[in-house]
Order: sequence, then C-alpha cells, then structure tokens
Amino acid sequence: MGTSIVIKNLSKRFGNVIAVNNVNLTIEPGTFLTLLGPSGCGKTTLLRCIAGLEDPNEGEIYIGDKLVFSGARGINVPAGQRHLGLVFQNYALWPHMTVRQNMTFALEIQKMPKEQMEQRVRESLAEVQMLGYEERYPREMSGGQQQRIALARMLAYRPKVFLMDEPLSNLDARLRIDMRSELKRLHHVSGATTVYVTHDQIEALTMSSAIAVMRDGVIQQVDTPERIYRCPANLFVADFIGNPKVNLLEGSVDGANTLDLGKFKIAADTYHATGAVVAAIRPEDITISTTSTPNAIEFKVYSVLPSGADSTIVAQREGIEVTVRVMGNTKIKMDDPIWLTFNPDCINLYDKASGKLISGKEVSH
Amino acid sequence: MAISTAYPLPISLRLLAAWRRFIHWLTTPHVILGLLMLVSMVYLILVPLYRMLETTFTVQDRDIHHIPDAVPGEFTLFHWVRMLTDPISEVMTYAPLQHSLVVSIGATLLALLIGSALAWLIVRTDIAGSNVINMLATIPYIMPSWTIAMAWTVLFKNRTTGGAPGILEYLLGEGPPDWLAYGPLPIIVSCALHYYTFFFLFVSAALMSIDSNLEEAGELMGASRWRILQKITFPLIVPAMLSGFIMTFSKVMGTFGGPNVLGIPVGYYTLSTMIRSDMGIGNYADGFVLAIVLILFAMTTVYINQRVVGTRKSYETIGGRGFVAQRTRLRQWRIPLTAGVIVFQVMVAILPLALLTFSTFMLIDGEYSLSNFTLHYWIGESTPSISDGMPGVLRNPDIYKGAWNSIALSLWTAFFAALLGVILGYAIAKGRGTRLSKLVEQLAFIPYIIPGIAFGAVYISMFAKPVGPIPALYGTFALLVIVSVAKHLPYSARTGVSAMLQVGRELEEAGQVAGANAWERFRRIIFPLTSPGFVSGFLMTFITTMRELSLIILLVTPSTQVLASMTIRYNENGNTQMANAVILILVTLVLIGNWLISLFRGGSLKKGLGM
Repeated sequence: MGTSIVIKNLSKRFGNVIAVNNVNLTIEPGTFLTLLGPSGCGKTTLLRCIAGLEDPNEGEIYIGDKLVFSGARGINVPAGQRHLGLVFQNYALWPHMTVRQNMTFALEIQKMPKEQMEQRVRESLAEVQMLGYEERYPREMSGGQQQRIALARMLAYRPKVFLMDEPLSNLDARLRIDMRSELKRLHHVSGATTVYVTHDQIEALTMSSAIAVMRDGVIQQVDTPERIYRCPANLFVADFIGNPKVNLLEGSVDGANTLDLGKFKIAADTYHATGAVVAAIRPEDITISTTSTPNAIEFKVYSVLPSGADSTIVAQREGIEVTVRVMGNTKIKMDDPIWLTFNPDCINLYDKASGKLISGKEVSH
Repeated sequence: MAISTAYPLPISLRLLAAWRRFIHWLTTPHVILGLLMLVSMVYLILVPLYRMLETTFTVQDRDIHHIPDAVPGEFTLFHWVRMLTDPISEVMTYAPLQHSLVVSIGATLLALLIGSALAWLIVRTDIAGSNVINMLATIPYIMPSWTIAMAWTVLFKNRTTGGAPGILEYLLGEGPPDWLAYGPLPIIVSCALHYYTFFFLFVSAALMSIDSNLEEAGELMGASRWRILQKITFPLIVPAMLSGFIMTFSKVMGTFGGPNVLGIPVGYYTLSTMIRSDMGIGNYADGFVLAIVLILFAMTTVYINQRVVGTRKSYETIGGRGFVAQRTRLRQWRIPLTAGVIVFQVMVAILPLALLTFSTFMLIDGEYSLSNFTLHYWIGESTPSISDGMPGVLRNPDIYKGAWNSIALSLWTAFFAALLGVILGYAIAKGRGTRLSKLVEQLAFIPYIIPGIAFGAVYISMFAKPVGPIPALYGTFALLVIVSVAKHLPYSARTGVSAMLQVGRELEEAGQVAGANAWERFRRIIFPLTSPGFVSGFLMTFITTMRELSLIILLVTPSTQVLASMTIRYNENGNTQMANAVILILVTLVLIGNWLISLFRGGSLKKGLGM
C-alpha cells in the first residue's frame, strides 16, 4: 500500500492574501510528511487543497497517477472521490451519532455488506484500543478517546492517504506525547502515505520521515527531520526549529576560516564565503568552561535556567547574547565568568542579505 | 504564477476548462441555493418595490379627471407633486406624518423608560418575585398589539363619536375628555405597553453581560451609586437601548391596529391609517407615495442606528454571558417597589383581557347593569335586532372560517419561513465571505426596514395584475401567505444562519471526505443537528403571524378574513362586543401557541419570544 502525491505550481488566494504560493512538492509513497510552520503560513490550506475541501486558483495535484486538480484544465475531483482520510483538529465527530454510526457512515455510502461493516468497525477500534465503545456518543468520551475514535473512523474505510490537521493540538501535554508514538506506530503498520499538519516542531521532528517547512504560503525547505535541524536552508528555518532557539550572530568573514563577530573572533569553516554573514550555532554546540581555556571567549552569565534533564545558560559579552545548553544541573551561578568554545564544525553560515545557507557541514548518517 | 500561460493550451481546451470550472462553481450546494434565493428575493422584494415606485410615477385611470389630456400609463409627477406640495398634502401627508412621528417617538420613549427601569430592577436589585415579574413582562407583547387599545376604549371611551359610554363615564357620570379617550396619548400608551418587552429583554441581557467588576472599580475610586449608574452602567447599555429603539420605532411607525382603534374616531390619522384609507378608495398611487415616505423614514432610522452603534456591536452586548453581579439593596423600598411593579404588570397584562371579557357580556354596549348581562355574543342564536343578525362567535361559521384561516395562514407561513430559513441559512453560512452570500444576506434584510403596512402596500402593486406567468393574486389566500413569508425573510435568515453556524464546517467536511453527496450530508448531518433551531423558528413564526395585522390589512378580502382583520372590521362596523370576543379568541390561540413553545424550549423567557 502506498500512494504518491505530486503537487505542481499550486496557488490558493483568499482575496488579496496568498495562502499557498506556487508550491511544488512530491510526496513519495508511504512517506510521513509533515507540513510545519507558524500559524497562518498556509499549511492547513495546502492540506485542504489536497483533500479537495478548498478550490485552489492554479496548479495541479496528482494523487497516485490520477489528476485530481488542474487549474488550467478545470479539473476538480470532489473530496469524496479522492479516497482520502482526514482527521480534523477538533475531531469533527458527528455528535448525534454513536461511535458505530460515525464509523459506518462512509461504509454505508459505499454500500458495504453489513457483516463486513461490523468487521471493519471491530478491526479499526482494535487498532486504536477502543473496542467496547461502539454505542457511546462523542460527548460521553474524553478528548483523548474522541481523538482515537476520529482515527478509527478514518481507518474504517481504508483510505489510500491519511491527512491529519493538527490532530493532537487539542489534547493535554501528557496525552499528546502518548499519541505521538501511537500515530507513528499506526503509520508504520499501515504504510499509508500520511500528510500531517502541525505548528509543533517537536511533533514534526519526532514523527516524520520528511518535513516541509512553510512560511507565508511558500515552502522553505523539504528535508529529513535531521537535516532540517542540522542544516536549515535559510535563517527562517534555522530560527524556527530548535528549542532553546539557535544563536544567530552577525559578523563578517575575516580571511580563511575566521569569523569576525565585532567584539571577538571565532574559528569556523567559512568555505567560499566572503563579506557580511550570519552565523548560526545551536545552544548544545557550544562548550562551556568555568576556567580560562585556549581559544575560548570569556562571557558573563546573565541567567541560569535549569529544567532537570538539562539547563539553559544565557551569557553576555559586550552586547552579544548567547544561549548555551548543558546536560544535567549546573553549578554555574548568575554573574559568574565563563569561557565559551564554539564548535567550528557545527556553525552554519548564512548570507546576510538573502538569508540563505552558504555553507554548512553535511549530516553524518 | 500565471500557470495557464506556462504551457498554453489550445483554445478548445481552455473553453472546456472554463466550462468545467463554471459547472463546478454552479453545482456547489451553497452557490446553487444562493442563486435560487437571489432570484426568489428579487421577485419577492425588489420587483414589488420597483412596481410600487413605478405606479407613483404613472397616470392612473382615476387621474383623468385631475390631469387634462392625460393618458393612463404615461409618466407623471402628478402624485408626488400633489402629495408633497398641494394644499391637500397638509391633510394627506404632513399631518399623518407628524402624527406618526409623535406616536412613534412618544411610544418608543415611554417603552424605553418602562422596559429599562424594569430590567434594572430585575437584574440589578434584590426585588422580590422576579420570576413572576419576568413572566408577566412578556404577556403584553404576546398579545396582539391592538389588544390594549381595544381595552382602552372599553374603559375610557366617551360619546364624542356617538357610541356607547365607557366604564369610566358610567361610574363618574361624566365622560373622560377627548385627549384621554382618543388620539395621540392613548395610542402612545397602548403601543408603549405592548412594546416595552423589547427594551426589557435587550436591556436586561445587556445588564447581565456587564461584569460588576467594572462597577466595583468605580466604587473603589469613591464614586457614588448614582454616579456609577450614570458614568459606567448607562454607557455600557446604550447600544442595547438603541437597538431596542430602532426596532420599536420602526414597528410603531408601521403599526395599524392601535391608531385605527384610537385615532380614527377623532380623525387622528397616522401614515398607516391614511395609507389604508387611500387604498380603500382605490387611490393606490397616493397611498404608495405615503408608503414610500414611511419606508424612507424607517430606513433613515436604521441607517442612523448603524452609523451610531453598528448592528454588530449592538448585537454583541445582547449576547449575555452572565457574570455574578452585585445587586443593589432596595432596603425599605423593596416591598413597595415589588408590589408596585406587580400591580402595574397585572394592569397591563391582565386588566385589558378582563375588560374585554367584561364587555362581551353586555347585551347593549355601555349599559352596565346586571340585567344587561348576556352570553349572546358567545353562544347566542342569530337575532335580527342584535349585531346585524350575526350569531354568537362560538356559533358563527364566519368566525370558525376566520380562525381556520388564521391557523392555516400561520401554519403555511411558518412552514415556508422555516424552509427558507434552512436554505438561506445554508447558502449564507456556507458561502460566508463570497459576494453571493453577502448579497443574499443583504437582500433578505430589506423587509426588516419596511414597515408592515407599507410592505402590504408593496404587494398590492405587485399582484393586483398578472405578472408574467403569475396570475393576479390579489384576493387570494396564497397572497397572504406570500406576503407573510416575505416579511419574515429577515428572521428566517437570522434563525437559519445562527442554526447553521452552530454546526462547525468540519462536521460537513468530514462527510464530504467520507464520500457523501450534498443531499446525504444535509439529510444525515446538517439537518439532524440544526432541526431544533428550525422547529422553534417554526413555532415562533406561527404565533407572530397569528397576531399580525398591519401587514395583511390591505390584502384581506371577505373570503380571506383572518381573526386579526375580523376584530378590526367588527370594530369599524360598531359590533364592539363581537370584536372583543374575537380578539379574546385570538389571544387564546396565541397563548396556547406560546405555551407550546415554552414547553419545547424549556420555558426560558427570552427564548420564548425567539430573541
């Protein structure tokens, strides 16, 4: 099982607002692709265009080898004939129907025999561990249970593609983490091509086989989670991904493999770069020392934020602020002097004018 | 972007693409329903309005005597010139206009005063018996608007008009002065007592939605109670008062019953009674000029309201979220105020009915001795000497016919209004943001700003003669249904939209993705979830249509009489007891309807009135 989705030059406008701007995206069969971006970036609109709930203005969408939308040719296959499953953010369970009725709705339209329907209901409920809830109404279940039923309702009619629009955002934090592994497992077992929309980078990084980062209707980067984290294609992606946030330091290339950050210089692979650049370094790629070490730069601790498993240290020097992440608890206190070493292999350089990545290290697999 | 130019297609394929896009657009359910509604409303609202306007600029058959060399059907300014500048305009236009304004402003202000004071007492003080007060507050509004006017005449009428004396004259031996018996004052009072419910509901909802923290903040700064009321509470409820003002003002402008009962006997004409009088003598063009003047005034008021508050803003305050409010202690005034309010309400709600009932037991009107007691007007056989030989109402086939007409009219209207509500609600709510949806919503709003009697007038112009495939509907029962349904469009649209908006669009989309077609989605998802709203809308329309008079008074004929118009006809013919008995039957029917609604909706006051 597995269906590809190909999107070509797709645009969707609402009045003067361009929600989806000339998007090209190929989703390989069996991929778990996440559309990730801040609210209003067009990710949900793109998903709805694939589902057939929104009419795009231009472009083409193929599901499998079937052309389901073409602006130029006026083709627009109705949502019901695209054989997709969609899980909504608020579940959209029909409140006047029991769990069973919710699940058999689509099957009845397909005129499936009764015994087979019953079997589908049982199988799908078993997959989400909700057997025994057939006669409940949605309001008689908790949010987490409703979420599972919404999944089961989609599974019951065996769609070729799973579409999910922020399915976990209405759950509390604990449940959300549990459901992540369930969803990942579900994808693993079914092998169905999945398009998942979220604004939560942790969800995207933990669950996806590919991530497409969007901003203002434009896809910024499509890549594996690891490369999205390690080699962001531009400053927006670098800044959007990662918590605590990446350190972005403005400076200029000062000869071979040296960066001038204004008040001090650090070593970095500068490749062919020249002129004004922005250096991006993750908080965990900075080594901290309480004593003076060679090539380390002295900073003063501004704030210490321990959170159990790790601690975040904010340090300042001559107007430059740097966030550093260390494992475990730290003895470092506020206003202590510390010496920071920036790992040269982990620094990505971006062209200051265009914001594009100009050099960076390859991910080692 | 412009992908279509990236790989140019042959013209035939591009035409095919355009055709496919058009079909896709047209077969979207909300589009096709929206277009259907658009056509219906053009036919039900815009065309009639245009025909009315056209008539005022056309030479009528009867004008030949007035305009030399005129040919009927030609363009003329005659009617407008005559109604606006001729000496006769003083009597025909300006006096009625002035009267309408006096009555409307007076009644609205009085209703505002009563309704707001009552709302404040209920919501913000520790007055006793607030449940009883709440319930009694709706009764005057549930009754037909001219009930109090009819009861007023039982109590206050004098012999100015040559009729029988009222109770007051009988008791005091001397008739009350004309200004108390007829004319502006009684009209204002009777209308105000009917419409104060609007203000009561709007203002109490607004008061309930004010967080008392806002007032407490003022109190902490050392402001006095009065100052807080004046500077904090009052400004917050002004939008609610204004929307009540607009509603009441335009209703009173278009009201016919009260001015007819209390104004006509002393020649105090308002626009609505003057329009009827013009129509009665076949002077349509002049009547239409007055109707247009009336519409313009009502539109101006609504426009001013929207400029000052904006409908949206004024509506938000009506939402009502119910904060815990600190109640003012009335202390030693608590008992007297409670008693005063309840006595007032009983006088307004129950005394009129008692007076009307009392009057139906008098064989000869105005003769108050026990020997004059009779049940003739209820159950008597036909006697040539009494009320033109008509039998008592309970034996009178005309009354049964009228009652049946009233019920049938209400049922049909309620049915079509609910049906249109479903369609309008779907087309507007699902198409939200599109131009078609906005246009449909705005068109559906138009009947709201056309006063009842003027709306009836509009329909005379439309259906007096055949229009295209539609025969001349004047004099038919169908026309009454059509005009009632059309006048109800704004409420249908509002009920429909709010019912549809309660169903999240995802619920329908989930069905769409699952492969259900539009009809299946409607039948299995949307309708089951919205039907409670439409059922209560149906019941609501049923009772409002039952007591509607201004709208249909110009359109009823002897064969299509309903109870509401019969009360007016009996009254005009001097069959007072019959008129009063009929209005009591009507009140009974309306109260039964209302009781059914309260059963259905769980008895909430505001819901019971469908607001």
